[in-house]
Amino acid sequence: MSPAAAVQPDEVLPDPAQEARARELSKELRCMVCQNQSIDDSDAPLARDLRLLVRERIAQGESNQQVLDYLVARYGEFVLLRPTWHGANVILWLAPFAVLLFGGLGLVVAYRRRGAQAGASEAPAAAPLSAEEEARLRAALAEAPDDAARDVTKV
Amino acid sequence: MNPEIGHYALVLSLAVAILMTAIPIWGARTGDAALMRVGSTLALVLAGFVGLSFATLVVAYVQSDFSVLNVVENSHSAKPLLYRITGTWGNHEGSMLLWVLVLAIFAALVALFGGNLPARLKANVLGVQGAVAVAFLLFILLTSNPFIRVVPPPAEGQDLNPILQDIGLAIHPPLLYLGYVGFSITFAFAVAALIEGRIDAAWARWVRPWALTAWAFLTLGIAMGSYWAYYELGWGGWWFWDPVENASLMPWFAGTALIHSAVVMEKRDALKVWTVLLAILAFSLSLLGTFLVRSGVLTSVHAFATDPSRGVFILAILVFFIGGSLALYALRAPMLRQGGLFAPVSREGALVLNNLLLTAAAAAVLVGTLYPLALEAYNGAKITVGPPYFNLTVGALMLPVAFAMPFGPLLAWKRGDLAGAAQRLMAAFGAAIVIAALAAYAQGGGPLLAPFGMGLAAFVVIGAVAEVTERAGFGRVPRATAFARLRGLPRSVFGAALAHAGVGVCLFGIIAETSWNAERITGVKVGGRFEVGGYELTLDRLEPRNGPNYRDLAGVFTIRRGGVDIGTIESSKRLFTARNMPTTESGIRTFGFSQLYVSLGDELPGGGVGVRAYWKPYVTLIWIGSIIMALGGALSLSDRRLRVGAPKPAKKPKPAAEPKVVAAE
Repeated sequence: MSPAAAVQPDEVLPDPAQEARARELSKELRCMVCQNQSIDDSDAPLARDLRLLVRERIAQGESNQQVLDYLVARYGEFVLLRPTWHGANVILWLAPFAVLLFGGLGLVVAYRRRGAQAGASEAPAAAPLSAEEEARLRAALAEAPDDAARDVTKV
Repeated sequence: MNPEIGHYALVLSLAVAILMTAIPIWGARTGDAALMRVGSTLALVLAGFVGLSFATLVVAYVQSDFSVLNVVENSHSAKPLLYRITGTWGNHEGSMLLWVLVLAIFAALVALFGGNLPARLKANVLGVQGAVAVAFLLFILLTSNPFIRVVPPPAEGQDLNPILQDIGLAIHPPLLYLGYVGFSITFAFAVAALIEGRIDAAWARWVRPWALTAWAFLTLGIAMGSYWAYYELGWGGWWFWDPVENASLMPWFAGTALIHSAVVMEKRDALKVWTVLLAILAFSLSLLGTFLVRSGVLTSVHAFATDPSRGVFILAILVFFIGGSLALYALRAPMLRQGGLFAPVSREGALVLNNLLLTAAAAAVLVGTLYPLALEAYNGAKITVGPPYFNLTVGALMLPVAFAMPFGPLLAWKRGDLAGAAQRLMAAFGAAIVIAALAAYAQGGGPLLAPFGMGLAAFVVIGAVAEVTERAGFGRVPRATAFARLRGLPRSVFGAALAHAGVGVCLFGIIAETSWNAERITGVKVGGRFEVGGYELTLDRLEPRNGPNYRDLAGVFTIRRGGVDIGTIESSKRLFTARNMPTTESGIRTFGFSQLYVSLGDELPGGGVGVRAYWKPYVTLIWIGSIIMALGGALSLSDRRLRVGAPKPAKKPKPAAEPKVVAAE
């Protein structure tokens, strides 16, 4: 990462609405020679070229999507900081929510199964801490610090 | 001091670590108390040798001993003393040595303060810790030796990367490593429990303080790193979703889940299997982070391929420890008995939800960081996963966490009353709506993110206060009784409430800065003025200044608000002569919780300089909130129950054990 201000005063478009769009787009575009910076943050010459290019296309009246399409056609998807929804990228976007979903399903299944087991063999789920549990806990907590002490709480 | 002393101490450390792995675990298997006791001694010896080795390297840096290659490459005799010291870990070799030092210190702490641990558990924990030390000591000695000499020694060093010549380097990496490596202890506890095939609520009570310690340090380390990047990099950002940052965030999410599930395990003897898995995951993600940062694999797959020795070595360590512990887990976890049934709506249920969402967030960061590598390896396609992805996924997962946070502590164990909890949060909810309305009014239209986010943040903070007042019974019992109860509440209750409030404070800062920050990019000549966020800045003068190892061009601005002069702010362009590398020293003035941020650009062709100025409302709350979170962790840690570990049986006092308890306090 290079420490310097990026967007230079001479690059700013006269129309504030267009400039705002250019800034918004700049934050979605990767400076391809930098490690992990958008062209908005980078002071690399290539980033400056891209910023000027974006502004040029905007000034010509292109929509945000047209500008992005043009840059992807020229530089590939590598230039986009926001991965597309195509092909394998769907995995990327859905992975965190798949973890959530399957984790949740796993919990429901585990809960049902344990509920069934508990109903068949043990006390109902709402029973207070049993005397046996209590005793085991106390025994475990009271375990002697004496190095030679035998492991009496093994269950 | 002779660098060879450090080198030799490092080799001795390796030998000690090997013994520390083998002897206590053997003792635990055979039930030999004497062998098990050796573990503690070896842990102290290990810390001593690694400490000596590290001290030798620090001395080499302080004395600018340019016969040591590492010092030549990363130091300069003109560098101020502080940066000569911190420069020790401002490079690959030195930072790995710091990593191992922290590892050895944690093992020594277990040896010193683990007096009330069962002998077998303690022996196994130290053994596992020793195994991790063996792996990383081998890594240092074989691929990253900081003590290599250079003949003939050059007259001058190549200086430290100027970005690192900052007080941040003294604070951020040590804190971060205390967090990262601190999870090695919970990992060691988890593996030790699996080796023994035994785990119980007392185990959770021993693990919790270590997990809390590591978590609090990691929280501080990440926050300090964020503030450092904010003021040093000069473009006003405080989080970049850089792979290196992601590497520290993953164990943070896992660790946060761990400190919560450990509560369930301690109090209710439930979620054992899951808690052990989280303890393994938290450290595995720390190791993965170390691999990602240290192997160079993130810069490019190709950079990794050109000099693979380090990367392959860490990858082997990764596979051994993560693979080994997960295999052990698969073998032994089914033996762990589940206890403590609970209804879905209960304190346990809320903590399970917390764990689920935090794990998904860790997964989002993990997948987002590794996906481009995987895709490129798979079909050669190069794509970028940048901030928009992480903001969306992690943001979407953290919103429900924040919303559910005040509910959790108000639910009873085993079977909670959600309607009752909601009722008790009505005041907090009302206050949140007022804050949201105020935010909407202040903003005067525009996106709904700010009002919604600030309302949510207020809900979290006030909900945290409600957590404490509800437990004391304010409003239900006479006030005197409530105050008496308040005094009687364990510190961990206050700690949890404080940490939760910290999350709310941090969230408020994030939302306010993101939605309301103002920016001005302009060219300005001496005497020229411009406006940002309601402040008027005038460039008074540009003056050259020279430091010990740099040349500086400073811009001094006068700040006025409503025509009133309220001080000056300075920013400079600094050129470090040894590396001919420029940096920006941003100027920051704090007003209340907000900051005015000025960053000087290049000199312009027509005279004057480029300036980037920002008004960042409530930005400091991001870091203040993080510090509050860590303080909450520390407060919880000071709870008597966690400090003394397991209480002693009253009827058979053990005189020998008493001093240890005192030491632990």
